[in-house]
Amino acid sequence: MAKKLVVVSAGLGQPSSTRLLADRLTTSVVDRLRENGSEVEVTVIELRELAHDVTNNLLTGFASPKLQDALDALAEADGLIAVSPIFTSSYSGLFKSFVDIIDTQALTDLPVLIAATGGTERHSLALDYAMRPLFSYLHAVVVPTAVYAASSDWGSDSGLVERIGRAAGELAALVRDSDRSAQVRDPFALPAGFSPF
Amino acid sequence: MQFGIFTVSDVTTDPTNDTTPTEHERIKALVTIARKAEEVGLDVFALGEHHNEPFVSSSPTTTLAYIAAQTENLLLSTSTTLITTNDPVKIAEDFAMLQHLADGRVDVMMGRGNTGPVYPWFGKDIRDGIPLAIENYALLHKLWREHTVDWQGKYRTPLQGFTSTPRPLDDVPPFVWHGSIRSPEIAEQAAYYGDGFFANNIFWPKEHYMKLIGYYRQRFEHYGHGTAEQAIVGLGGQAFMRAKSQDAVNEFRPYFDNAPVYGHGPSLEDFTEQTPLTVGSPQQVIDRYASMRDFFGDYQRQLFLMDHAGLPLKTVLEQLDILGEEVVPVLRREFAKNRPATVPDGPTHASLVAQRAATSSVQPIDASNARSSDQLVPSVHDGRLDSTEAN
Repeated sequence: MAKKLVVVSAGLGQPSSTRLLADRLTTSVVDRLRENGSEVEVTVIELRELAHDVTNNLLTGFASPKLQDALDALAEADGLIAVSPIFTSSYSGLFKSFVDIIDTQALTDLPVLIAATGGTERHSLALDYAMRPLFSYLHAVVVPTAVYAASSDWGSDSGLVERIGRAAGELAALVRDSDRSAQVRDPFALPAGFSPF
Repeated sequence: MQFGIFTVSDVTTDPTNDTTPTEHERIKALVTIARKAEEVGLDVFALGEHHNEPFVSSSPTTTLAYIAAQTENLLLSTSTTLITTNDPVKIAEDFAMLQHLADGRVDVMMGRGNTGPVYPWFGKDIRDGIPLAIENYALLHKLWREHTVDWQGKYRTPLQGFTSTPRPLDDVPPFVWHGSIRSPEIAEQAAYYGDGFFANNIFWPKEHYMKLIGYYRQRFEHYGHGTAEQAIVGLGGQAFMRAKSQDAVNEFRPYFDNAPVYGHGPSLEDFTEQTPLTVGSPQQVIDRYASMRDFFGDYQRQLFLMDHAGLPLKTVLEQLDILGEEVVPVLRREFAKNRPATVPDGPTHASLVAQRAATSSVQPIDASNARSSDQLVPSVHDGRLDSTEAN
Protein backbone atom coordinates (compact mmCIF):
# COMPACT_ATOMS: atom_id res chain seq x y z
CA MET A 1 0.00 0.00 0.00
CA ALA A 2 1.23 3.48 -0.87
CA LYS A 3 2.60 5.60 1.94
CA LYS A 4 0.70 8.83 2.52
CA LEU A 5 2.74 12.01 2.64
CA VAL A 6 1.00 15.28 3.53
CA VAL A 7 2.53 18.69 2.88
CA VAL A 8 1.25 21.78 4.69
CA SER A 9 2.37 25.07 3.22
CA ALA A 10 1.43 28.25 5.06
CA GLY A 11 2.83 30.76 2.57
CA LEU A 12 0.62 33.73 1.87
CA GLY A 13 2.03 34.92 -1.45
CA GLN A 14 1.04 33.40 -4.77
CA PRO A 15 3.54 32.01 -5.67
CA SER A 16 5.32 31.84 -2.33
CA SER A 17 8.84 30.93 -1.37
CA THR A 18 7.29 28.80 1.39
CA ARG A 19 5.59 26.66 -1.25
CA LEU A 20 8.82 26.62 -3.23
CA LEU A 21 10.66 25.18 -0.22
CA ALA A 22 7.80 22.75 0.46
CA ASP A 23 7.99 21.48 -3.11
CA ARG A 24 11.77 21.00 -2.94
CA LEU A 25 11.42 19.02 0.29
CA THR A 26 8.55 16.97 -1.11
CA THR A 27 10.46 16.02 -4.25
CA SER A 28 13.44 15.03 -2.17
CA VAL A 29 11.40 12.85 0.22
CA VAL A 30 9.40 11.23 -2.58
CA ASP A 31 12.58 10.44 -4.55
CA ARG A 32 14.14 8.74 -1.55
CA LEU A 33 11.04 6.67 -0.85
CA ARG A 34 10.72 5.58 -4.49
CA GLU A 35 14.41 4.71 -4.71
CA ASN A 36 13.76 2.26 -1.91
CA GLY A 37 10.73 0.83 -3.61
CA SER A 38 7.99 2.53 -1.57
CA GLU A 39 4.93 3.85 -3.35
CA VAL A 40 3.94 7.28 -2.10
CA GLU A 41 0.83 9.39 -2.42
CA VAL A 42 1.24 13.15 -1.82
CA THR A 43 -1.47 15.54 -0.59
CA VAL A 44 -0.58 19.23 -0.54
CA ILE A 45 -2.55 21.50 1.77
CA GLU A 46 -2.20 25.17 0.84
CA LEU A 47 -3.42 27.01 3.92
CA ARG A 48 -4.05 30.19 1.95
CA GLU A 49 -6.90 28.41 0.18
CA LEU A 50 -8.33 27.32 3.53
CA ALA A 51 -7.87 30.59 5.41
CA HIS A 52 -11.59 31.44 5.62
CA ASP A 53 -12.51 27.87 6.53
CA VAL A 54 -9.89 27.87 9.28
CA THR A 55 -11.31 31.07 10.79
CA ASN A 56 -14.86 29.75 10.49
CA ASN A 57 -13.86 26.55 12.24
CA LEU A 58 -12.36 28.57 15.10
CA LEU A 59 -15.68 30.38 15.46
CA THR A 60 -18.19 27.57 14.90
CA GLY A 61 -16.28 24.49 16.01
CA PHE A 62 -16.79 22.53 12.80
CA ALA A 63 -14.85 22.17 9.57
CA SER A 64 -16.14 22.85 6.07
CA PRO A 65 -15.98 19.78 3.81
CA LYS A 66 -12.76 21.08 2.20
CA LEU A 67 -11.08 21.68 5.55
CA GLN A 68 -12.34 18.33 6.86
CA ASP A 69 -10.63 16.61 3.93
CA ALA A 70 -7.36 18.26 4.98
CA LEU A 71 -7.80 17.21 8.62
CA ASP A 72 -8.66 13.65 7.60
CA ALA A 73 -5.56 13.49 5.39
CA LEU A 74 -3.39 14.50 8.36
CA ALA A 75 -4.99 11.98 10.69
CA GLU A 76 -4.05 9.09 8.42
CA ALA A 77 -0.74 10.39 7.09
CA ASP A 78 2.54 8.48 7.33
CA GLY A 79 4.56 11.67 7.14
CA LEU A 80 4.13 15.42 7.22
CA ILE A 81 6.19 18.22 5.76
CA ALA A 82 5.15 21.41 7.56
CA VAL A 83 6.42 24.70 6.19
CA SER A 84 5.57 28.15 7.50
CA PRO A 85 6.92 31.62 6.93
CA ILE A 86 8.43 33.13 10.07
CA PHE A 87 6.51 36.24 11.09
CA THR A 88 7.36 38.33 14.15
CA SER A 89 9.64 35.72 15.67
CA SER A 90 7.45 32.63 15.11
CA TYR A 91 5.33 30.57 12.68
CA SER A 92 2.56 32.54 11.01
CA GLY A 93 -0.79 33.10 12.69
CA LEU A 94 -2.57 31.20 9.93
CA PHE A 95 -0.29 28.21 10.49
CA LYS A 96 -1.00 28.19 14.23
CA SER A 97 -4.74 28.67 13.69
CA PHE A 98 -4.73 25.60 11.46
CA VAL A 99 -2.78 23.57 14.01
CA ASP A 100 -5.22 24.68 16.73
CA ILE A 101 -8.05 23.02 14.81
CA ILE A 102 -6.34 19.65 14.53
CA ASP A 103 -7.58 17.14 17.08
CA THR A 104 -4.93 16.87 19.79
CA GLN A 105 -4.67 13.09 19.25
CA ALA A 106 -4.61 13.21 15.46
CA LEU A 107 -0.86 13.66 15.00
CA THR A 108 0.35 11.13 17.57
CA ASP A 109 3.39 9.23 16.23
CA LEU A 110 3.33 11.17 12.96
CA PRO A 111 6.84 11.71 11.49
CA VAL A 112 7.22 15.43 10.75
CA LEU A 113 9.78 17.46 8.87
CA ILE A 114 9.60 21.11 9.95
CA ALA A 115 10.76 23.90 7.68
CA ALA A 116 10.39 27.66 7.41
CA THR A 117 11.15 30.63 5.24
CA GLY A 118 12.10 34.16 6.21
CA GLY A 119 13.62 37.37 4.98
CA THR A 120 16.93 36.90 6.76
CA GLU A 121 18.73 33.94 8.29
CA ARG A 122 18.55 35.61 11.72
CA HIS A 123 15.17 33.95 12.38
CA SER A 124 16.22 30.37 11.71
CA LEU A 125 16.07 29.26 15.35
CA ALA A 126 12.31 29.90 15.39
CA LEU A 127 12.09 26.40 13.97
CA ASP A 128 13.67 24.96 17.10
CA TYR A 129 12.15 27.11 19.79
CA ALA A 130 8.63 27.43 18.32
CA MET A 131 7.77 24.87 15.69
CA ARG A 132 9.54 21.86 17.19
CA PRO A 133 7.86 22.13 20.63
CA LEU A 134 4.50 22.68 18.95
CA PHE A 135 4.71 19.28 17.28
CA SER A 136 6.31 17.66 20.32
CA TYR A 137 3.27 18.74 22.33
CA LEU A 138 1.09 16.91 19.81
CA HIS A 139 3.19 13.74 20.23
CA ALA A 140 4.45 13.89 16.67
CA VAL A 141 7.99 12.69 15.92
CA VAL A 142 9.99 15.61 14.57
CA VAL A 143 13.11 14.71 12.59
CA PRO A 144 16.37 16.22 13.90
CA THR A 145 17.12 18.36 10.86
CA ALA A 146 14.86 21.38 10.40
CA VAL A 147 15.23 23.36 7.19
CA TYR A 148 15.24 27.12 7.13
CA ALA A 149 15.50 29.07 3.88
CA ALA A 150 16.18 32.81 3.96
CA SER A 151 15.77 34.90 0.82
CA SER A 152 19.52 34.81 0.25
CA ASP A 153 19.55 30.98 0.23
CA TRP A 154 17.75 30.97 -3.10
CA GLY A 155 20.71 32.74 -4.78
CA SER A 156 23.84 31.37 -3.17
CA ASP A 157 25.49 28.12 -2.35
CA SER A 158 24.64 28.17 1.34
CA GLY A 159 24.12 24.47 1.83
CA LEU A 160 20.31 24.60 1.45
CA VAL A 161 20.34 21.70 -0.98
CA GLU A 162 22.38 19.59 1.45
CA ARG A 163 20.07 20.46 4.35
CA ILE A 164 17.04 19.54 2.29
CA GLY A 165 18.66 16.24 1.40
CA ARG A 166 19.59 15.39 4.97
CA ALA A 167 16.14 16.27 6.37
CA ALA A 168 14.40 14.39 3.54
CA GLY A 169 16.47 11.31 4.29
CA GLU A 170 15.51 11.45 7.95
CA LEU A 171 11.80 11.81 7.16
CA ALA A 172 11.79 9.14 4.44
CA ALA A 173 13.28 6.60 6.86
CA LEU A 174 10.45 7.18 9.35
CA VAL A 175 7.72 7.27 6.70
CA ARG A 176 8.83 3.88 5.42
CA ASP A 177 8.26 2.37 8.86
CA SER A 178 5.01 4.17 9.60
CA ASP A 179 1.77 2.18 9.64
CA ARG A 180 -0.45 5.16 10.44
CA SER A 181 -2.21 5.08 7.06
CA ALA A 182 -3.05 1.41 7.58
CA GLN A 183 -4.52 1.82 11.07
CA VAL A 184 -8.25 1.59 11.62
CA ARG A 185 -9.56 4.44 13.75
CA ASP A 186 -12.64 4.01 15.91
CA PRO A 187 -14.43 7.35 16.13
CA PHE A 188 -16.36 6.00 19.11
CA ALA A 189 -13.46 4.76 21.15
CA LEU A 190 -14.26 5.57 24.76
CA PRO A 191 -10.91 6.71 26.11
CA ALA A 192 -12.06 6.62 29.70
CA GLY A 193 -14.22 3.54 29.17
CA PHE A 194 -17.81 3.52 30.35
CA SER A 195 -19.16 2.21 33.59
CA PRO A 196 -22.64 3.33 34.57
CA PHE A 197 -21.87 3.70 38.25
CA MET B 1 -43.69 11.91 16.29
CA GLN B 2 -43.43 14.96 18.52
CA PHE B 3 -42.66 18.45 17.25
CA GLY B 4 -41.71 21.40 19.35
CA ILE B 5 -39.30 24.18 20.07
CA PHE B 6 -36.29 24.57 22.32
CA THR B 7 -34.75 27.74 23.59
CA VAL B 8 -31.44 28.69 25.13
CA SER B 9 -32.92 31.85 26.70
CA ASP B 10 -30.27 34.25 25.42
CA VAL B 11 -30.67 37.98 25.90
CA THR B 12 -29.19 39.30 22.67
CA THR B 13 -29.23 42.75 21.12
CA ASP B 14 -31.36 43.03 18.00
CA PRO B 15 -28.70 44.01 15.45
CA THR B 16 -31.23 45.74 13.19
CA ASN B 17 -32.23 48.40 15.73
CA ASP B 18 -29.65 48.03 18.50
CA THR B 19 -32.23 47.35 21.18
CA THR B 20 -31.80 44.76 23.92
CA PRO B 21 -34.69 43.29 25.89
CA THR B 22 -34.48 43.48 29.67
CA GLU B 23 -34.22 40.21 31.55
CA HIS B 24 -37.80 40.71 32.67
CA GLU B 25 -38.98 41.18 29.09
CA ARG B 26 -37.08 38.13 27.92
CA ILE B 27 -38.42 35.94 30.72
CA LYS B 28 -41.98 37.01 29.99
CA ALA B 29 -41.32 36.48 26.27
CA LEU B 30 -40.29 32.87 27.00
CA VAL B 31 -43.68 32.27 28.59
CA THR B 32 -45.48 33.93 25.69
CA ILE B 33 -43.49 31.78 23.24
CA ALA B 34 -44.37 28.59 25.14
CA ARG B 35 -48.08 29.47 25.15
CA LYS B 36 -47.88 30.23 21.45
CA ALA B 37 -46.28 26.83 20.86
CA GLU B 38 -49.34 25.17 22.37
CA GLU B 39 -51.72 27.47 20.49
CA VAL B 40 -50.24 26.58 17.09
CA GLY B 41 -50.38 22.85 17.83
CA LEU B 42 -46.81 22.04 18.74
CA ASP B 43 -46.20 19.23 21.23
CA VAL B 44 -43.08 20.21 23.17
CA PHE B 45 -41.48 23.26 24.74
CA ALA B 46 -37.94 22.76 26.06
CA LEU B 47 -36.02 25.32 28.06
CA GLY B 48 -32.27 25.53 28.60
CA GLU B 49 -30.38 26.04 31.84
CA HIS B 50 -27.54 28.50 32.18
CA HIS B 51 -25.78 30.22 35.04
CA ASN B 52 -24.11 33.03 33.19
CA GLU B 53 -25.03 36.09 31.17
CA PRO B 54 -26.43 36.65 28.57
CA PHE B 55 -28.82 33.82 29.49
CA VAL B 56 -31.81 34.23 31.81
CA SER B 57 -32.92 30.67 32.39
CA SER B 58 -31.18 29.58 35.58
CA SER B 59 -34.31 27.95 37.10
CA PRO B 60 -36.12 25.91 34.47
CA THR B 61 -38.53 24.04 36.78
CA THR B 62 -39.86 27.33 38.18
CA THR B 63 -40.44 28.63 34.67
CA LEU B 64 -41.89 25.38 33.39
CA ALA B 65 -44.30 25.12 36.33
CA TYR B 66 -45.56 28.61 35.56
CA ILE B 67 -46.01 27.60 31.90
CA ALA B 68 -47.70 24.35 32.93
CA ALA B 69 -50.31 26.35 34.79
CA GLN B 70 -51.15 28.25 31.62
CA THR B 71 -51.22 25.37 29.14
CA GLU B 72 -53.26 22.20 28.69
CA ASN B 73 -51.40 19.83 26.42
CA LEU B 74 -47.89 21.12 25.94
CA LEU B 75 -45.17 18.70 27.03
CA LEU B 76 -42.55 20.58 29.04
CA SER B 77 -38.92 19.62 28.78
CA THR B 78 -35.42 21.01 29.14
CA SER B 79 -32.55 21.68 26.77
CA THR B 80 -30.63 20.87 28.84
CA THR B 81 -30.60 20.21 32.59
CA LEU B 82 -27.05 20.27 33.91
CA ILE B 83 -26.44 16.80 35.29
CA THR B 84 -22.85 17.76 36.04
CA THR B 85 -23.15 20.78 38.32
CA ASN B 86 -26.62 20.25 39.80
CA ASP B 87 -27.14 18.00 42.77
CA PRO B 88 -28.92 14.91 41.43
CA VAL B 89 -31.01 14.81 44.60
CA LYS B 90 -32.37 18.27 43.83
CA ILE B 91 -33.00 17.33 40.19
CA ALA B 92 -34.97 14.28 41.39
CA GLU B 93 -37.08 16.43 43.71
CA ASP B 94 -37.60 19.41 41.40
CA PHE B 95 -38.69 17.39 38.40
CA ALA B 96 -40.91 15.03 40.36
CA MET B 97 -42.61 18.09 41.84
CA LEU B 98 -43.00 19.62 38.38
CA GLN B 99 -44.32 16.32 37.07
CA HIS B 100 -47.12 16.33 39.67
CA LEU B 101 -48.03 19.96 39.11
CA ALA B 102 -48.10 19.48 35.33
CA ASP B 103 -50.06 16.20 35.55
CA GLY B 104 -47.25 14.28 33.89
CA ARG B 105 -46.57 16.67 31.00
CA VAL B 106 -42.86 16.67 31.81
CA ASP B 107 -39.67 15.09 30.64
CA VAL B 108 -36.08 16.15 30.98
CA MET B 109 -32.94 16.27 28.88
CA MET B 110 -29.61 15.81 30.60
CA GLY B 111 -26.61 17.77 29.40
CA ARG B 112 -23.17 18.69 30.63
CA GLY B 113 -23.24 22.41 29.87
CA ASN B 114 -20.62 24.21 27.87
CA THR B 115 -19.33 27.12 29.90
CA GLY B 116 -16.11 26.30 31.74
CA PRO B 117 -16.39 28.61 34.77
CA VAL B 118 -19.82 27.21 35.71
CA TYR B 119 -18.10 24.10 37.01
CA PRO B 120 -15.91 25.86 39.58
CA TRP B 121 -18.76 28.22 40.48
CA PHE B 122 -20.67 25.13 41.59
CA GLY B 123 -17.67 23.51 43.20
CA LYS B 124 -16.90 21.09 40.38
CA ASP B 125 -14.04 20.48 37.95
CA ILE B 126 -14.78 20.55 34.22
CA ARG B 127 -12.29 17.72 33.68
CA ASP B 128 -14.72 15.53 35.61
CA GLY B 129 -17.56 16.38 33.19
CA ILE B 130 -18.19 12.87 31.89
CA PRO B 131 -17.70 11.03 35.23
CA LEU B 132 -20.02 13.58 36.90
CA ALA B 133 -22.67 13.04 34.22
CA ILE B 134 -22.43 9.29 34.70
CA GLU B 135 -22.37 9.12 38.49
CA ASN B 136 -24.98 11.83 39.05
CA TYR B 137 -27.37 10.25 36.61
CA ALA B 138 -26.91 6.81 38.16
CA LEU B 139 -28.04 8.32 41.48
CA LEU B 140 -30.94 10.24 39.93
CA HIS B 141 -32.11 7.07 38.18
CA LYS B 142 -32.07 5.22 41.49
CA LEU B 143 -33.80 7.99 43.45
CA TRP B 144 -36.76 7.92 41.07
CA ARG B 145 -37.08 4.14 41.15
CA GLU B 146 -36.27 3.09 44.70
CA HIS B 147 -38.17 4.42 47.69
CA THR B 148 -35.41 4.28 50.26
CA VAL B 149 -31.94 4.86 48.96
CA ASP B 150 -28.55 4.09 50.47
CA TRP B 151 -25.88 5.45 48.22
CA GLN B 152 -22.24 6.36 48.13
CA GLY B 153 -20.30 7.89 45.27
CA LYS B 154 -17.33 10.04 44.53
CA TYR B 155 -18.88 13.44 43.93
CA ARG B 156 -21.56 13.94 46.56
CA THR B 157 -22.28 13.35 50.24
CA PRO B 158 -23.37 9.73 50.84
CA LEU B 159 -27.04 8.99 51.52
CA GLN B 160 -28.41 6.63 54.14
CA GLY B 161 -32.14 5.92 54.22
CA PHE B 162 -33.00 8.82 51.96
CA THR B 163 -36.33 9.12 50.16
CA SER B 164 -36.67 11.68 47.40
CA THR B 165 -40.05 13.40 47.67
CA PRO B 166 -42.48 13.71 46.08
CA ARG B 167 -42.33 10.28 44.52
CA PRO B 168 -42.71 10.39 40.72
CA LEU B 169 -46.32 10.69 39.52
CA ASP B 170 -47.92 7.22 39.34
CA ASP B 171 -44.48 5.92 40.31
CA VAL B 172 -43.37 6.49 36.73
CA PRO B 173 -40.33 8.77 36.49
CA PRO B 174 -40.18 11.50 33.85
CA PHE B 175 -38.72 10.22 30.59
CA VAL B 176 -35.06 11.14 30.24
CA TRP B 177 -33.21 12.25 27.14
CA HIS B 178 -29.44 12.60 27.08
CA GLY B 179 -28.19 15.44 24.94
CA SER B 180 -24.74 15.44 23.44
CA ILE B 181 -22.84 17.24 20.76
CA ARG B 182 -19.80 15.03 20.52
CA SER B 183 -19.35 12.52 23.34
CA PRO B 184 -19.83 8.83 22.57
CA GLU B 185 -19.85 8.18 26.33
CA ILE B 186 -23.20 9.98 26.57
CA ALA B 187 -24.63 8.01 23.65
CA GLU B 188 -23.43 4.89 25.46
CA GLN B 189 -25.09 6.05 28.69
CA ALA B 190 -28.41 6.73 26.95
CA ALA B 191 -28.25 3.30 25.31
CA TYR B 192 -27.37 1.54 28.56
CA TYR B 193 -30.48 2.87 30.34
CA GLY B 194 -32.75 2.63 27.31
CA ASP B 195 -33.27 6.39 27.58
CA GLY B 196 -33.65 8.79 24.67
CA PHE B 197 -30.73 10.37 22.87
CA PHE B 198 -31.02 13.92 21.59
CA ALA B 199 -28.57 15.26 19.03
CA ASN B 200 -28.42 19.03 19.07
CA ASN B 201 -27.75 18.86 15.33
CA ILE B 202 -27.88 22.61 14.74
CA PHE B 203 -24.32 23.78 14.90
CA TRP B 204 -22.51 21.03 13.05
CA PRO B 205 -22.89 19.06 9.83
CA LYS B 206 -25.38 16.21 9.96
CA GLU B 207 -22.73 13.61 9.04
CA HIS B 208 -21.29 13.99 12.53
CA TYR B 209 -24.64 13.33 14.19
CA MET B 210 -25.47 10.49 11.82
CA LYS B 211 -22.47 8.62 13.19
CA LEU B 212 -23.31 9.44 16.82
CA ILE B 213 -26.96 8.42 16.46
CA GLY B 214 -26.02 5.29 14.54
CA TYR B 215 -23.75 4.36 17.42
CA TYR B 216 -26.50 5.02 20.01
CA ARG B 217 -29.00 2.89 18.08
CA GLN B 218 -26.54 0.01 17.84
CA ARG B 219 -25.74 0.17 21.58
CA PHE B 220 -29.46 0.47 22.47
CA GLU B 221 -30.02 -2.86 20.77
CA HIS B 222 -26.89 -4.31 22.37
CA TYR B 223 -28.24 -3.55 25.85
CA GLY B 224 -31.47 -5.36 25.06
CA HIS B 225 -33.97 -2.50 25.03
CA GLY B 226 -35.27 -3.30 21.55
CA THR B 227 -34.03 -3.15 18.00
CA ALA B 228 -31.80 -0.32 16.79
CA GLU B 229 -34.73 1.21 14.90
CA GLN B 230 -36.73 1.30 18.15
CA ALA B 231 -34.19 3.49 19.95
CA ILE B 232 -35.61 6.87 21.01
CA VAL B 233 -34.01 9.66 19.00
CA GLY B 234 -34.55 13.41 19.10
CA LEU B 235 -33.05 16.04 16.82
CA GLY B 236 -32.58 19.76 16.98
CA GLY B 237 -33.30 22.00 14.03
CA GLN B 238 -33.35 25.62 13.09
CA ALA B 239 -35.37 27.58 10.55
CA PHE B 240 -36.44 31.05 9.50
CA MET B 241 -39.31 31.36 7.08
CA ARG B 242 -41.21 33.85 4.97
CA ALA B 243 -43.65 33.20 2.14
CA LYS B 244 -40.98 34.28 -0.31
CA SER B 245 -37.62 32.64 0.13
CA GLN B 246 -35.60 35.78 -0.59
CA ASP B 247 -37.57 37.77 2.01
CA ALA B 248 -36.58 35.19 4.63
CA VAL B 249 -32.91 35.44 3.66
CA ASN B 250 -32.89 39.24 3.67
CA GLU B 251 -34.66 39.49 7.00
CA PHE B 252 -32.64 36.81 8.78
CA ARG B 253 -29.20 37.73 7.46
CA PRO B 254 -28.36 40.48 9.99
CA TYR B 255 -29.39 38.17 12.85
CA PHE B 256 -27.29 35.37 11.43
CA ASP B 257 -24.28 37.60 10.77
CA ASN B 258 -24.26 38.82 14.38
CA ALA B 259 -25.48 35.70 16.18
CA PRO B 260 -23.47 34.83 19.29
CA VAL B 261 -22.59 31.31 18.18
CA TYR B 262 -21.76 31.58 14.50
CA GLY B 263 -21.83 35.30 13.74
CA HIS B 264 -18.89 36.88 11.94
CA GLY B 265 -17.88 33.42 10.77
CA PRO B 266 -19.23 31.46 7.80
CA SER B 267 -21.63 33.02 5.35
CA LEU B 268 -25.35 32.32 5.75
CA GLU B 269 -25.18 30.39 2.47
CA ASP B 270 -22.32 28.13 3.63
CA PHE B 271 -23.88 27.56 7.03
CA THR B 272 -27.28 26.62 5.64
CA GLU B 273 -25.61 24.23 3.24
CA GLN B 274 -23.42 22.62 5.90
CA THR B 275 -25.88 22.46 8.83
CA PRO B 276 -29.66 21.90 9.12
CA LEU B 277 -30.35 25.66 9.43
CA THR B 278 -32.90 26.40 6.73
CA VAL B 279 -33.78 29.95 5.73
CA GLY B 280 -36.43 30.25 3.07
CA SER B 281 -40.02 29.37 2.29
CA PRO B 282 -42.07 26.99 4.46
CA GLN B 283 -41.84 24.47 1.63
CA GLN B 284 -38.04 24.55 1.77
CA VAL B 285 -38.16 23.84 5.49
CA ILE B 286 -40.60 20.99 4.92
CA ASP B 287 -38.36 19.48 2.25
CA ARG B 288 -35.23 19.77 4.38
CA TYR B 289 -36.70 18.28 7.53
CA ALA B 290 -38.77 15.60 5.80
CA SER B 291 -35.45 14.26 4.55
CA MET B 292 -33.97 13.93 8.06
CA ARG B 293 -35.36 10.42 8.52
CA ASP B 294 -33.37 9.35 5.45
CA PHE B 295 -30.20 10.21 7.35
CA PHE B 296 -31.10 9.39 10.96
CA GLY B 297 -33.83 6.75 10.65
CA ASP B 298 -37.40 7.18 11.91
CA TYR B 299 -37.24 9.25 15.05
CA GLN B 300 -39.42 10.48 17.86
CA ARG B 301 -38.88 14.17 18.48
CA GLN B 302 -37.97 17.18 16.36
CA LEU B 303 -37.31 20.44 18.17
CA PHE B 304 -36.64 23.77 16.46
CA LEU B 305 -34.62 26.69 17.79
CA MET B 306 -36.70 29.74 16.85
CA ASP B 307 -36.11 32.55 19.33
CA HIS B 308 -32.43 33.37 19.54
CA ALA B 309 -29.92 35.89 18.18
CA GLY B 310 -31.98 38.93 19.11
CA LEU B 311 -35.05 38.16 16.99
CA PRO B 312 -37.92 40.32 18.30
CA LEU B 313 -40.80 38.55 20.06
CA LYS B 314 -43.23 39.61 17.35
CA THR B 315 -41.10 37.93 14.69
CA VAL B 316 -40.70 34.78 16.78
CA LEU B 317 -44.46 34.51 17.21
CA GLU B 318 -44.95 34.93 13.44
CA GLN B 319 -42.39 32.18 12.90
CA LEU B 320 -44.28 29.90 15.28
CA ASP B 321 -47.49 30.56 13.35
CA ILE B 322 -45.80 29.46 10.14
CA LEU B 323 -44.15 26.48 11.84
CA GLY B 324 -47.34 25.27 13.52
CA GLU B 325 -49.78 25.97 10.71
CA GLU B 326 -47.84 25.37 7.52
CA VAL B 327 -44.81 23.22 8.28
CA VAL B 328 -45.50 20.77 11.10
CA PRO B 329 -48.86 19.43 9.80
CA VAL B 330 -47.14 18.48 6.54
CA LEU B 331 -44.14 17.02 8.34
CA ARG B 332 -46.48 14.91 10.51
CA ARG B 333 -47.97 13.40 7.36
CA GLU B 334 -44.56 12.92 5.75
CA PHE B 335 -43.08 11.24 8.83
CA ALA B 336 -46.10 8.94 9.16
CA LYS B 337 -45.59 7.58 5.64
CA ASN B 338 -43.99 4.14 5.67
CA ARG B 339 -43.10 4.44 9.33
CA PRO B 340 -42.81 0.87 10.61
CA ALA B 341 -45.45 0.03 13.23
CA THR B 342 -42.68 -1.28 15.46
CA VAL B 343 -41.07 2.16 15.78
CA PRO B 344 -42.42 3.76 18.96
CA ASP B 345 -43.90 7.26 19.15
CA GLY B 346 -42.31 9.93 21.28
CA PRO B 347 -42.69 8.90 24.93
CA THR B 348 -45.29 10.61 27.13
CA HIS B 349 -46.35 10.02 30.72
CA ALA B 350 -49.43 8.15 29.47
CA SER B 351 -47.36 5.92 27.19
CA LEU B 352 -44.89 5.14 29.99
CA VAL B 353 -47.73 4.26 32.38
CA ALA B 354 -49.25 2.01 29.71
CA GLN B 355 -45.87 0.45 29.00
CA ARG B 356 -45.35 -0.36 32.66
CA ALA B 357 -48.82 -1.87 32.94
CA ALA B 358 -48.12 -4.03 29.89
CA THR B 359 -44.75 -5.21 31.21
CA SER B 360 -45.98 -6.03 34.70
CA SER B 361 -49.05 -7.97 33.50
CA VAL B 362 -46.99 -10.29 31.31
CA GLN B 363 -45.56 -13.11 33.40
CA PRO B 364 -42.69 -14.86 31.72
CA ILE B 365 -43.33 -18.59 31.35
CA ASP B 366 -39.75 -19.51 32.07
CA ALA B 367 -38.08 -17.06 34.38
CA SER B 368 -34.63 -18.18 33.38
CA ASN B 369 -35.27 -17.03 29.81
CA ALA B 370 -36.85 -13.74 30.75
CA ARG B 371 -35.22 -10.72 29.23
CA SER B 372 -35.87 -7.37 30.76
CA SER B 373 -33.73 -4.43 31.68
CA ASP B 374 -33.94 -5.41 35.36
CA GLN B 375 -31.96 -8.50 34.59
CA LEU B 376 -29.07 -6.88 32.87
CA VAL B 377 -25.99 -7.36 34.92
CA PRO B 378 -23.32 -4.93 33.91
CA SER B 379 -19.74 -5.93 33.71
CA VAL B 380 -16.79 -4.21 32.18
CA HIS B 381 -14.74 -5.77 29.41
CA ASP B 382 -11.93 -3.88 27.78
CA GLY B 383 -13.06 -0.67 29.39
CA ARG B 384 -16.44 -0.97 27.75
CA LEU B 385 -19.59 -1.99 29.50
CA ASP B 386 -21.14 -5.23 28.46
CA SER B 387 -24.30 -6.87 29.66
CA THR B 388 -24.92 -10.47 30.28
CA GLU B 389 -28.19 -12.00 31.31
CA ALA B 390 -28.52 -13.20 34.84
CA ASN B 391 -29.59 -16.74 35.21
